[in-house]
Amino acid sequence: MIRAESLTKKFYGDKKTADKTAVDAVSFRVKTGEVFGLLGPNGAGKTTVIRMLTLQTRATSGQIYYDGENIAVNPRLVKSLLGVVPQQVNFDMDLTVGENMELHGRLHHLSADTRKKRIDELLDFVELKDTVGQNVRRLSGGMKRRLLIARALIHRPRILFLDEPTVALDPQVRRRIWELIRRLAGGGTTIFLTTHYIEEAESLCQRVAVLNRGRLVALDTPKNLCQNLGAWTVEWNGVAGREYRFFPAKAQAADFAKELASEGSIELRPTNLEDAFIELTGRREGL
Amino acid sequence: MRDVWTVFWRDWVVLKRRLAKFILSRMVAPLLYLVAFGWGLGRSIQVGDGSYLDFLVPGILALNSMNISFNSLTPVHAERVYHRSLEEYLIAPISPSSFLWGKVLAAVLRGLISSGIILLLAYLFGAKVAVTLPMVLVLTLNCVIFAQLGFWAAMTINTYEEIAQVNVYFLLPMSFLCGTFFSVQTLPEAVRIFVEILPLTHTGILLRSLAAGGGIVYSSLAVLIGYGILGYLMGSRAFHKIRE
Ligand SMILES: Nc1ncnc2c1ncn2[C@@H]1O[C@H](COP(=O)(O)OP(=O)(O)OP(=O)(O)O)[C@@H](O)[C@H]1O
Ligand SMILES: [Mg+2]
Repeated sequence: MIRAESLTKKFYGDKKTADKTAVDAVSFRVKTGEVFGLLGPNGAGKTTVIRMLTLQTRATSGQIYYDGENIAVNPRLVKSLLGVVPQQVNFDMDLTVGENMELHGRLHHLSADTRKKRIDELLDFVELKDTVGQNVRRLSGGMKRRLLIARALIHRPRILFLDEPTVALDPQVRRRIWELIRRLAGGGTTIFLTTHYIEEAESLCQRVAVLNRGRLVALDTPKNLCQNLGAWTVEWNGVAGREYRFFPAKAQAADFAKELASEGSIELRPTNLEDAFIELTGRREGL
Repeated sequence: MRDVWTVFWRDWVVLKRRLAKFILSRMVAPLLYLVAFGWGLGRSIQVGDGSYLDFLVPGILALNSMNISFNSLTPVHAERVYHRSLEEYLIAPISPSSFLWGKVLAAVLRGLISSGIILLLAYLFGAKVAVTLPMVLVLTLNCVIFAQLGFWAAMTINTYEEIAQVNVYFLLPMSFLCGTFFSVQTLPEAVRIFVEILPLTHTGILLRSLAAGGGIVYSSLAVLIGYGILGYLMGSRAFHKIRE
């Protein structure tokens, strides 16, 4: 479905700021109907990758293919397949909730009937039907994020990009968004999402790519990422604060834990995606 | 075409909601010009054969449509930089030029509405101005040129402050120099040549000729069309570059 080859994005600085390579030779494939997660610390380049994949910004070098065809061949056709939930709210602040939805439907060439039907359905789904005539400025942060998702779905995109979709949402709504993502994926929509919530990636994504300082440092299923590190984790209070060691088998981990008997708060547990993430992006010390 | 209409539709929705306010606020500047220069100063000025008021009105039309159409595009700057609502158009399956033309058309509409207001006021003040189709077309062309300039500014300039500077260093001098309030012929040679390079001068020349029942000044029309093409090229290029 999506193939990215050695995607690179450089931002050129001016006199005061240096050039910055935000994304550095990143390659991956996303399969049809897959929920693909892109993880990485702040500033790793996740949003920039999404912006390149959704044709909002041009890659400095590298290629992007959808269904084997380079995006440069027919960008408008590609765009008609994509839905985008941006990280930052980007509504038209002069329009109402309904008009923002309407604008999207018109830009995606839906007929008046279809627009009306879809807008009703989706506003209902995100529980914003009552706000249809209100200016978007008046929505709360979480309501705005729900509206972003509803808007991205109006034209039934085949590939949905979600840049941190559940930031600032309450737990109930977050679960419902997860449900929605699963349902869309079940129906054949390809999902590409970024998130900071490890449990979100763990529970939703079939495969996860980890980006660190613009480079792809891992790409695998969440399970394999944990296993590659060592399926079992021992953590304890060491000299430098909390310390971690990973082991392929439980027995080895248990032996090690015994040796540590003198240290405090020893814990033996299965390795989780968060451990993998932190090891891969090497930010444990900083946090 | 449909996409041009969609982009225009959005501006129309916004304008419609504020139409009364828009019309009222657009009356203020022309009224001041008409009172100060038409009634006040104008009584003691003689330009050509007609009254100063008849001379003044085409100038105000040119000046006003320039300001309105340019400033109709400045909110797009905020849509790009602050609200990011421009992203909706970037991810939509529409051509870049549909976006540009939709915005320009909306600016033309605003420019023509406010020109209509000025004409009405001018008639109340007793001006004799013939309104013809060629005149409307020249006004439209003037709006297109300055809307494109506004589009270019909104796409390239990074802070709102700098947009205000385009107003101060470019539009404001043009308002006063380009023969809005006096005939360019009276300017010293060097200044006149400079002023004759500027588009607003030619809009003024064309409108004045047409308003007095004269013909189309083809050299001026050619200059305006040239600026129109230049504006389109600059605008498209700037829009292309925001994806860098
Ligand atoms: N328009 C821009 N101009 C210059 N630098 C930019 C621009 N956009 C992003 N960057 C830089 O590129 C890097 C990657 O940014 P990006 O927004 O892609 O990170 P991210 O992984 O999405 O981070 P976050 O988790 O905070 O959303 C950052 O260092 C950022 O400062
Ligand atoms: Mg981001």
